[in-house]
Amino acid sequence: MSIWEYANPVKFIRTADRVLPWLSGAAVICLVTGLIWGFFFTPDDFRQGSTVKIIYLHVPAALMAINAWLMMLVASLIWIVRRHHVSALAARAAAPIGATMTVIALATGAIWGQPMWGTWWAWDPRLTSFLILFLFYLGYMALWEAIENDDTAADLTAILCLVGSVFAILSRYAVNFWNQGLHQGASVMRAGALAGDTEERVSNVFAIPLFVSIAGFVLLFVALVFLRTQTEIRARRARALLARERVA
Amino acid sequence: MDLVASDLTVARGGVPVLEGVGFTLSPGRALVLRGPNGSGKTTLLRTVAGLQPPVAGEIIGAGERIAYAAHADGLKAMLSVVENLSFWAAVFGTQGIDDALSAFNLEELAGRAAGTLSAGQKRRLGLARLMVTGRPVWVLDEPTVSLDAASVALFAEAVRAHLGQGGAALMATHIDLGLAEAEILDVTGFRAKPRARAEDEAFL
Amino acid sequence: MRALLLRDLVLAVRAGGGFGLGLAFFLIVTVLVPFGVGPETGLLTRIAPGILWIGALLACLLSLDRILALDWEDGSLDLLATAPLPLEAIVSVKALAHWITTGLPLVLAAPVLGVLLSLPGPGYLWVFVSLALGTPALSVIGTFGAALTVGLKRGGLLMSLLVLPLYVPTLIFGAEVARRGTEGLSVQSPLLMLAGISFGVIAALPFASAAVLRVNLR
Repeated sequence: MSIWEYANPVKFIRTADRVLPWLSGAAVICLVTGLIWGFFFTPDDFRQGSTVKIIYLHVPAALMAINAWLMMLVASLIWIVRRHHVSALAARAAAPIGATMTVIALATGAIWGQPMWGTWWAWDPRLTSFLILFLFYLGYMALWEAIENDDTAADLTAILCLVGSVFAILSRYAVNFWNQGLHQGASVMRAGALAGDTEERVSNVFAIPLFVSIAGFVLLFVALVFLRTQTEIRARRARALLARERVA
Repeated sequence: MDLVASDLTVARGGVPVLEGVGFTLSPGRALVLRGPNGSGKTTLLRTVAGLQPPVAGEIIGAGERIAYAAHADGLKAMLSVVENLSFWAAVFGTQGIDDALSAFNLEELAGRAAGTLSAGQKRRLGLARLMVTGRPVWVLDEPTVSLDAASVALFAEAVRAHLGQGGAALMATHIDLGLAEAEILDVTGFRAKPRARAEDEAFL
Repeated sequence: MRALLLRDLVLAVRAGGGFGLGLAFFLIVTVLVPFGVGPETGLLTRIAPGILWIGALLACLLSLDRILALDWEDGSLDLLATAPLPLEAIVSVKALAHWITTGLPLVLAAPVLGVLLSLPGPGYLWVFVSLALGTPALSVIGTFGAALTVGLKRGGLLMSLLVLPLYVPTLIFGAEVARRGTEGLSVQSPLLMLAGISFGVIAALPFASAAVLRVNLR
């Protein structure tokens, strides 16, 4: 059995129907556990006080904002190479989720930054990169909406996604170069290695609920992509049936 | 070299309009497509010209041998008749536009800006463009639209001369040009059975 | 290819919009900025390189839809696609024509407009150099945006939305060269990055533009 079997829309819908309850259930359990654990059962940071707890929303959302674009990139490549409609529709389905994650990351960042840095917004490289990423999402979604023919839209958005990825990376470097910034380093990922004994390392007390929360966001993202792809497929199927009725 | 289309299926906006189309066009011959409006003649011509891929089937001997003329003449209003023609001659890497000018009786208009020409004169200029491409197979979509009787005769003469030099022509037209070399292909018989758009099939 | 370039240049001159409109827009933006931020010389001096870059970028954006839309409307794009030129060459030539008619005048005008913004001495050179190096990238990226939206009725606004994020790296490095140069700092690394972006997009992006155009012509 090959993974490409799931490129068949009908097969995809059936499989998605089967796994969606499990996915959503797991997502809810992870999110609830991670967030409640993080919010109520971790000690306050000695410098940042209780505001640090927004990290349980901020970091997972930021991770998913980037991973959603990566997923769209892979899906676009699959569409260009193998021309599976499900792949194009999955990329389309992921875009609004990614955009929402970007907004969540930016908003929680602002809420966190206000008491910490004394400002809602600073032109810090990371913040700026996320803002630019958000603009890429907007353009991508707008192009999907603007083009009537489904296959044309899929082709054009896929190429835009590829070109956009290159420019997004360029922008990231450019922005880093442009302003060194006050955002703290990615201490979480270093904690992920759990090896370093550096001072900056996030201790396990915070890390474990954070990982649960990240897992929750990943599961939530996958579940939402499945759901939205299903919706896109059904909408497409409805249009196809209507079109057939008209010609028959 | 013949232009051969075999078992061709062409689609407009994803909907197959013609299927199983096959023809052979030899040098010195003309093929006239007939069929009611919307039957897919334009789509077939665009496919042969290589502007869109066929849904099924294959076309041999097209590509770089095709000179295509569509409904729109692709003229620049701000350029003169000579400049318009010279541009296309340069793009196709050919020399001399005088033959084309005289064949379509455009000498007197040579210095006029294309934007000031009448519809029929523009059409003549658009058709004169075919002669400067230097390509053997003309693919023409309703070439006689907005031409008067005299201009149609000029056009028929130009096509005859082109065929005489070993060229070929594939055209969609309803006017009888009086070409002895012309065969007629009625596309009505190839109309695709009503069915879903090719790209929709996976979803049904 | 030369014929196509010449034709586009002639058309730009005869239609009047080419050289004039972009330049006039650039001038107006530059004039409006002091009205917005106040006439204080110190402030204007500091923001002059950035303003000139933003102005040039917007003036460039303004004329992007002319690159392909006119040829699309009158059918010449179809005919060009069947011509011996590969589409990659066509979009490259079109971008070059756009640069000559829009980018180059902006580059030449920028030092003059610098006077209005009290640009300090070394700034003239570096604003000129950075724009000369960066505007070709703006034209090439803009052609990609124009190719994406060529079939759409009201593609102008959408094109801006698509193109502006793609302009970010060019703008950052270009403005950085101009700013550092003006302040007498080392410009080496942003200059190299700007050159890298320009040459990179000139080499690679026409393939994407041509692919997109092929989809749109279908």
